[in-house]
Formats: sequence, C-alpha cells, structure tokens
Amino acid sequence: MSTQHSRAAARLLVAPSVVLLFLWMIVPLALTVWFSFERFNLLMPATREWIGLTNYRFFLTDPAFFAAILNTLLIVVGVLAITIVGGILLALLLDRPMFGQGIVRLLVIAPFFVMPTVSALVWKNMFMNPVNGLLAWLQKAVGMAPHDWLATTPLFAVIVIVAWQWLPFATLILLTALQSLDEEQREAAELDGAGAIARFRFIVLPHLSRAITVVILIQTIFLLSVFAEILVTTNGGPGTDSTNIAFLVYAQALLQFDVGGASAGGIVAVVLANIVAFFLMRMIGRTLEG
Amino acid sequence: MGSIVLRQVEKVFGDVTVIPPIDLEIADGEFAVFVGPSGCGKSTLLRLIAGLEDATAGTISIDGRDATDLAPAKRGLSMVFQSYALYPHMSVRSNIAFPLKMAGLAQADIDAKVKAAAETLNLGDYLDRKPKQLSGGQRQRVAIGRAIVREPSAFLFDEPLSNLDAALRVQMRLEISQLHQKLKTTMVYVTHDQVEAMTMADKIVVLNKGRIEQVGSPLELYRRPANRFVAGFIGSPKMNFVGGAIAAAHGAATIGIRPENLAVSRDAGDWLGTIVVAEHLGSDTFLHIATDAAGTLTIRVSGEVPVHHGDRVFVTPDASALHRFDDKGIAIR
Ligand SMILES: Nc1ncnc2c1ncn2[C@@H]1O[C@H](COP(=O)(O)OP(=O)(O)O)[C@@H](O)[C@H]1O
Ligand SMILES: [Mg+2]
Repeated sequence: MSTQHSRAAARLLVAPSVVLLFLWMIVPLALTVWFSFERFNLLMPATREWIGLTNYRFFLTDPAFFAAILNTLLIVVGVLAITIVGGILLALLLDRPMFGQGIVRLLVIAPFFVMPTVSALVWKNMFMNPVNGLLAWLQKAVGMAPHDWLATTPLFAVIVIVAWQWLPFATLILLTALQSLDEEQREAAELDGAGAIARFRFIVLPHLSRAITVVILIQTIFLLSVFAEILVTTNGGPGTDSTNIAFLVYAQALLQFDVGGASAGGIVAVVLANIVAFFLMRMIGRTLEG
Repeated sequence: MGSIVLRQVEKVFGDVTVIPPIDLEIADGEFAVFVGPSGCGKSTLLRLIAGLEDATAGTISIDGRDATDLAPAKRGLSMVFQSYALYPHMSVRSNIAFPLKMAGLAQADIDAKVKAAAETLNLGDYLDRKPKQLSGGQRQRVAIGRAIVREPSAFLFDEPLSNLDAALRVQMRLEISQLHQKLKTTMVYVTHDQVEAMTMADKIVVLNKGRIEQVGSPLELYRRPANRFVAGFIGSPKMNFVGGAIAAAHGAATIGIRPENLAVSRDAGDWLGTIVVAEHLGSDTFLHIATDAAGTLTIRVSGEVPVHHGDRVFVTPDASALHRFDDKGIAIR
C-alpha cells in the first residue's frame, strides 16, 4: 500500500497541519520556558532580568510545592477511585430493565452538564455549609454536631465535588461497555456454575477493563488540572491544605504577580504531567492490545 | 442418568405464545434433534430445558427429578451456544477449566480433566491461545471442551455448526456423532438443517410454530411422515406434492411422492413433461420437470442419465411409495 512515493506525498500533505499544531504548542511553551529563567514581576515590570535557575530553586523548595504535589495526586486518585467504583455500580444498576429508564439515565448524566464553578458553589452553599447546608441539617437531625467540610476536610470536600461531576462520565462509558457484553457469555457462565459475584469478577470486570482504562486516561488528564472547584470553594486553604499544582501556579502568578516563578511552576507541572502520561500510556497500551 | 421429560410445558412472551403446551420425553443416552424452520421456537425450547428461560406452565424433569424451578447451574446440563460464547479474555485452558474452577475442584484435578478434554478434542497445541487466535472449528471444539469437562447428565447444542463453512460442518457433524458414541451421554441438538438432523439423530423432534409435528427416528419420519409439514421438511430434495384430480383418484386431498420414487422414461409413462433444469451431480441426477398434468416435479435418478434441458419425457410415480394426505394435511394410513 505505501510505496516510497505515496509515503512522501503523505508527509507533504499532512505537513501543514503538523506545522500548525507544532507552532501552537511550541510558542507558548518556549515563552514559558523563557520567562521561567527571568525575574519577572508584574508589580516591577522594569526590573526584568535573567536569573537562571533561581525561580526553579524557589518553587521546588517551597513547602507549598510538596503539599501541592501530594494534593494533586490525592485528587486524581481519590476522584478516580470514587468515579470508577461508583460508575461500575451505577452502570450495573442502570443496565437492568426498569420503569422510567430513559428519565433515570438522563438524571444520572445531568451533573456532567453543570459548569464546575456552578456545581462547586452549589455544593459549598447548599450541601457543605455548616450552618445552612443539607449535610449539616442531616447531622443535626440525628443529633450530631455539624461537620464543617471546607474548613476541616477541605481536600476531601474538593474530591467529593469533583467526583460528583465526573461520575456521570464514568457511568456513561462503563454502561455502554456493559451493554456490549454478549448475553450468551453471561448465560454460559451461569450454566458453568458461576454465581452473580463470580460472573462479575470473571466475566463482567475483564470485559470492562478497556472502558475502565479509557475512563482513567481521560479523567486523569482533566483531574491533574482541577482549578475552578478549588477557587470557588476553599481558595486552596486553609493554608495549603487544598492547593494543587494548578492552583499554586495561579497563586504565584496572579496573587503574587510573579510571572517568572509561575512559569517555573508551569514547567514543573508540564514535566510532572508527562511523567504521569508516560505511565498511563504504558498501562493503556497493555490493556488495549489484549 | 440423563433422561429429560417435559410435561405440558408452555412458554409465553408477553402475549405471544411461542411454545403451546407440549409433552416430550428424551431417554437417557439418546441423541435427540429439534429441527424446524427458523423462528419456530427450537432455541426457546432448549433454553427452557437449560433453565435460561422460566416455563410459563408445566414441569420439566431431568434425571427423574423435578427441575422446573432449579437454577440453570443446578440442572447438571452443559450447553454449547451458536456464538460459542467463549470467554474472550481467558486462554483456551482457562475457558475449559472455568466450570471446574467454579465447582471448586482442586487445581490438580482441574489440570487432569482439561488435559483429557483437550486430547479428546485435539486441542492440545492450542491450550495457551486466546479464543481470538483460533479458527471457527477450533473455537467450536473449545466450546465443546468446556461442556464435556463438567461431565453433565446431558448436553444441549443450539445450532452449533451454523457459523462454520460447509466442509467443516460435515467434519464437525461427524466429530459430534463420535463424541456421542464415546460418551454415551444424552444430547439435545437444535438445528434448522434437516440433513444434520437425519445424519446425527436417534430421535428427531420436528417443530413448527412451537408445536411438535412428529417425533421419531430419522427413517420413521422419512418413511411415515405424520403430515404434510414433516413430509416436506424431511428429505432432500423435497417431496413433491400433487393435488387435484390425481390426488382424488387416490382418495386424498394431496399426494406426496419423494423424488427417488419417480421414474423417467422417453417412451412411455403416466405424465408427460418438459425438463426445466437437469442438475448432474455425477452420483445422482436431479431433474426438474414441468409436467402437463401434475405441475413441476423434482426427480432424483441414480447415476448419469443422458437428458437435457428442454427434452420431453414421461414421469411415472411408484404407486407403492405414495404418501396420502387429507385436506388438513394429516397423513392417511
Ligand atoms: N425473549 C423473547 N421475547 C419475546 N419473544 C421472543 C423471545 N425469545 C424468542 N422470542 C420469539 O420466539 C420465537 C421463537 O424463537 P426461537 O426459539 O429463537 O426460534 P428458533 O431458535 O427456532 O429460530 C420467535 O418468534 C421469537 O421472536
Ligand atoms: Mg435459534
């Protein structure tokens, strides 16, 4: 199919889009790298100068940085765990024939259409508020002291909010995968003496493995950069308890007006994201092949 | 060991009666074939026996025990599905071992049984492959392997050969027959292909719209079909049916004549006709002849006959081999 000739032609024809995409990526990246080596504070724009690795030294030795890395990972892992386990359970439920199936499915998918800022505010003010919130009211109703989610367990609160947003996505992908499971396979397993749990473990779960991988990959990309939910609820606090890398870079650039430091943080974030991507791609390659 | 008895078993989906109440007995060790046109309820009947569908009414006993409300796994039956239903992410070995693992057997026993099954089915070289890496015939064997390791009291097959090409189908037909002779276990086999039914069965159950038209050995059905449906369904090429005055002369609404019971002659005979198509198979010749009196007839002549399209010939039925049917299609004996 691909002669020498046609391959050369193919390269020529895709070149314009490749060049465009490359520029699209490389120009901002190069500028960011450039800024990260400068003293560049928006409050003192006249004092721009080359300072080498100083920005990196400050950013990487900042105690907030380690807290932020840990928080970023906790958000990714926590949300993935909740959405995948919850998504599988919901998909199993929704896969059964029931009354009002269409409406129930629509309701389950609805949170995905709510903007992150809006849903975070709804959670903050209507559910997690220690005075007026629904959760506090429930606790008071059973005689417990209300729990102040955003002040005492801010990271967990953020994880819950983000997981609530991503649960529909995971459910949707897993539900379609579940529906593609061959009915005869299920019946064969039933005849082979596999009970409901064994069928799930040996037939359904392996069948879902690809879909789960896809959910992990796509969600990780977005979860590494959770921002709006933190901004409108905890503002990264108290202290740095709910600051992730994305929020730290924002705080550096726009709260401290330190473009140089923020750029260094951005580059660190890019490197970290690539490390995660490397492991993810390896994992995916294995699952999607088999 | 593996007798299956259905008493007044009925299946209704919504308001459609797929299986009206039927009675059926399958003896231990028998090879029973359910045959009928597509959509007549063969699979449904088999799934009722397997327990994958609940009977709307009636009782099913397996091995002398009432199994009507028993879970599928508890009935001691194995089933081979039309799609094979192999577990795609498991190796051939794990596929065959799966029912044993579910039964909680020791690993050593499992290995021994899988090995024995693989030998019986010539799968020894493929044990570590995934189903995807096998041909259709090999997949079929794995599905059978998974069924035999459980040592069930009966095997259920739902059109197991319909996804195979013609040559492989003939070969697998033979292998399943041999397997039956070796294991001597009851087998219930569903097919829409009457050739499979004729070649494999001890007992054929002819189904039509969920009803049992006739039960009997292949030759019984061939020689003494109970009605027009069975007469037309069993046998290839199909039986010829002639109505009108010719049938009335024999005291019937319709008479049936098998293609091999018609003789062809250039000189003399009962019905004069024109050869429409002559199919020369070497061993046999099939002639389709448009007769003036009896409509188009199919005739089977042994060996080669030197006739061609367009020839005018005489056709004579063998009067001793006529099947007579009344106006409801029931055989008159
Ligand atoms: N789950 C079901 N719900 C409703 N109708 C069904 C169902 N399963 C089968 N049928 C109907 O029952 C009839 C017999 O089906 P089936 O047993 O699969 O036929 P066969 O195997 O002989 O081709 C068909 O008309 C089919 O539409
Ligand atoms: Mg069928």
